[in-house]
Amino acid sequence: MARAGVTHRARTVGAGAALLLCLPATAHAHLVTTGLGPIYDGISHLFVSFDDLLVVVAMALLAGLGGPSAGRQTLFALPSAWLVGGVAGYLGRVTVLPAGITSLSLLALGILVALNVRLAPWIATTVAVVVGVAHGWLNGTAIASAGREASGLVGIAGAAFVVAALVLGGVVSLRAPWTRIAVRVAGSWIAAIGLLLLGWTLKGRL
Amino acid sequence: MMTTVSRMVATRALGWLVTMLIAVPAWAHEQQGQAAGFVTGLLHPVSGLDHVLAMVAVGLWGAQLGAPAIWLLPVTFPLVMAFGGFLGLVGIPLPGIEMGIAMSAILLGAMVAMESRPPLWLAAALVAFFAVFHGHAHGTELPPGESGFLYSVGFVLMTGCLHATGISIGLIHRWHTGRIALRGAGAAVSAAGFFFLWRALA
Repeated sequence: MARAGVTHRARTVGAGAALLLCLPATAHAHLVTTGLGPIYDGISHLFVSFDDLLVVVAMALLAGLGGPSAGRQTLFALPSAWLVGGVAGYLGRVTVLPAGITSLSLLALGILVALNVRLAPWIATTVAVVVGVAHGWLNGTAIASAGREASGLVGIAGAAFVVAALVLGGVVSLRAPWTRIAVRVAGSWIAAIGLLLLGWTLKGRL
Repeated sequence: MMTTVSRMVATRALGWLVTMLIAVPAWAHEQQGQAAGFVTGLLHPVSGLDHVLAMVAVGLWGAQLGAPAIWLLPVTFPLVMAFGGFLGLVGIPLPGIEMGIAMSAILLGAMVAMESRPPLWLAAALVAFFAVFHGHAHGTELPPGESGFLYSVGFVLMTGCLHATGISIGLIHRWHTGRIALRGAGAAVSAAGFFFLWRALA
């Protein structure tokens, strides 16, 4: 009887989860006012928004594991896609992404890193474009909704480029086997954070 | 193999693109309680001795077993712990949580004390089983007004640091005296587990 109750509850939660993940995301804008203008506000945004920062780091770790070629392409694809997605979101002013986009990004990227999956350059680039457009879009809609200037997106994309370059450079240059394991451990932590974030998303507390 | 992985990734990307086609208005707001959530998450794992001892014991056991267990066990624990936290967050109950946590200290400590070397899959399964209890109990304890996301970041980071502490301590395993000390530490963790179990049953 109790087992049937738990099963029923699990099914209900599963259905609720599927439904919630299809609902539009709330554009969480950690809108920073540095006093130095929108570009610096955008730069600061990435460093105080762990959800965006962690996605950039996870993507860079994954591309770095794929080797120099995948890393180089991702380095330019991710910030560019972020900027394009941001502009589209700013102009569109609507969120077309499911609520769990950040958690799913972290979960998927983290698992791929933990499994030491070496993506072909074109696949890594495709993933970077999808991730960049999705998160840039969220930033764009948030900036538009807050009435801020779109040039903040340039700051966000620029900061994403710098973070990705630093992480990619570090991962690609790793030679000792244990350092690669350290990257995989970091991936598992990112996946764990993504899974917990999914739970918080379903619970309605981000 | 690579083709299969490529196909899986392509399927996943396609699924994402399909879900993106649902268009509804959005709104923006500034979040609060960020720093507090992160610090709470960081401090939470070290605030309970039961959690600390189990985390450290995982690291000690991994160090005893050597590669690949030395990194596989600490990878397994946070991931499955997060799954336990997820179950707690979506409201799926788990019976006997406190006893499960106490049993984790008893058994993981015993494994270290006996320098047990089961097959890797069994060691990972044992660690994973108990991780669910820890995640369910501790992963959801967020004070009102704080960020769930940053709480999770702090919680996972500190859990990983506790594993790393266990591994660092476990490196004394390379010396004879160190091996004895390590087994003694395992026995101490196990004894503490019995205390936690007594407290849970009382």
